Amino acid sequence: MSSRLEIRSSPHIKGVSSVETIMKNVVWSLLPICAFYVFQYGISALATLVVVTASCLLADRLFARLGGQSGDIGDWSATITGLLLALTIPPGFPLWMGFVIGFVAIALGKALFGGLGRNVFNPALVGRAFGQAAFPTAIATYTPSFMPGRFTEFIPSSLAMPFMTPADTSAWIAAAKLDAWAGATPLAKWKFETVLAPAIDLLTSIGGNLAVGPAPILIVLCGLYLAARRFLDWRIPVATLIGAALTGYVVYLLNPARYPDPVFVLLSGGLVLGAVYMATDMATSPVTPRGVWVYGGLIGFLTVIIRYFSGLPEGVMYSILIANAATPLIERVTQPRPFGTASLGKRKGRAVYPLLPAEPVDVAGREKDKK
Amino acid sequence: MSASVTQSWDELTEGLWRQNPTFVMVLGMCPTLAVTVSGVNALAMGIATTLVLIFSCLLVSLMRNIVPGEVRIATYIVIIATFVTVVDYLIQAISLELYDALGAFIQLIVVNCIILGRAEAHASKTPPIPAMLNAVGMGAGFTLGLLSLGIVREILGAGKLFGITLFGESFQPWVVMVLPPGGFFVLGGWLLIFAWWARRKEAGGAQS
Repeated sequence: MSSRLEIRSSPHIKGVSSVETIMKNVVWSLLPICAFYVFQYGISALATLVVVTASCLLADRLFARLGGQSGDIGDWSATITGLLLALTIPPGFPLWMGFVIGFVAIALGKALFGGLGRNVFNPALVGRAFGQAAFPTAIATYTPSFMPGRFTEFIPSSLAMPFMTPADTSAWIAAAKLDAWAGATPLAKWKFETVLAPAIDLLTSIGGNLAVGPAPILIVLCGLYLAARRFLDWRIPVATLIGAALTGYVVYLLNPARYPDPVFVLLSGGLVLGAVYMATDMATSPVTPRGVWVYGGLIGFLTVIIRYFSGLPEGVMYSILIANAATPLIERVTQPRPFGTASLGKRKGRAVYPLLPAEPVDVAGREKDKK
Repeated sequence: MSASVTQSWDELTEGLWRQNPTFVMVLGMCPTLAVTVSGVNALAMGIATTLVLIFSCLLVSLMRNIVPGEVRIATYIVIIATFVTVVDYLIQAISLELYDALGAFIQLIVVNCIILGRAEAHASKTPPIPAMLNAVGMGAGFTLGLLSLGIVREILGAGKLFGITLFGESFQPWVVMVLPPGGFFVLGGWLLIFAWWARRKEAGGAQS
């Protein structure tokens, strides 16, 4: 009696993975990376992770309540935004600024567009871009990893009072008596002093007090887990890394004395983290099979171009944001051809009208015109 | 009598809230975004625009039966430009510093859509007194809009309010707030707050 005919649009067959499952798995895969980050930078990194994530969750709740947007704390997406944002900013970034950019990331990057899945840009990178625009000095101030007292004391700049300038870290770094690497990222070192960091240190992030993020090798492993479970499209990071390596290699061939080899390009900066975790954001990357290659390649290409020929040492953030903006266009030009048709809208062979005409064709009318 | 008072009051408050130029009509965005780096600039710009608005509306209203329909826009522009020139020299005489800060945007009051819009849509159809009252309200609403942007941008971008330091020496300025994107962010934030509030009021009115 109660049965009724229900008419629904596709899809009719659904996979088992829901948004919650995917997001939860991404969070799990991020945990080892976060643990490594805390291992590198101690309690300052831990505090950054906690504060930024809390601020993202708070903003998410606030806007979900005010705007009546769909979205649930259980979908974990704001947690991912928070963790990723915390991983992209310097460990000694003042906590109050971390709170501000976490809030802005959700407000400007996600809530503004209508919530999860409707955002055009990766929210974490929107937050970071805001930080770059609002606090350019603080976001470029890195401190060396593996400082001796990192588990007992904060990096001095972390605990700046709200709205106040963070303390200068150079004296604190000098007091630790490290070698020359202290205080600059390998990219900035290369760009402003043309010193290259050894590749093995970059790969593992362990040796030499480098001011770097979590180890690329660890990020790749976590990404492999996600790719194996089909929670991210493996083509995007692969295309990004190929794009960056190729561009880097071409520039390297043109002038080997001036530009670093492609290995340095791949392992330095936030390229691996960006390629694996940020470029693959499902809402902001293309869905067409050929489109993801174009999208990833564009990110890699732009990253190298920005690194080499602009005033900034690192370009992953802006290149992913630009590629996000280009995504609808990429999807448009890489639409797959429906099976059995010629190129859209073209007549094939001796056919009277194209198989997929833009508008219905009146065959009889056309015949009449010919006469 | 009371009916006409109500009507006058209505004319005056239209620009303040119901038809606020900045937050409801979203007109005159150029000066709104460009000169609201500090509270003083915003206030000066608001007052200058209000003066031009009041006198232009008065003159347009007085001439509304003389000017032929075909050339009315040109006439409005001439009238507005006259008062803009007056205000331009006035500001230059009062404070050269302010004049430099506002730059070309004083002259650009000529093409401010609020003034031309009011002249065309309201003053040219209304007697002088209500036209002026409406212009006062609109000007006040515009000044309010500019001030609300200017205050937020000055506090966050420089740690000051009307030039008075609020947070002491070690304040960390938000660089973006004094740049053009900061104007968009703050304007968007205010629009959000006003839209949210208006919707809440509407919902409350529907319930009662």
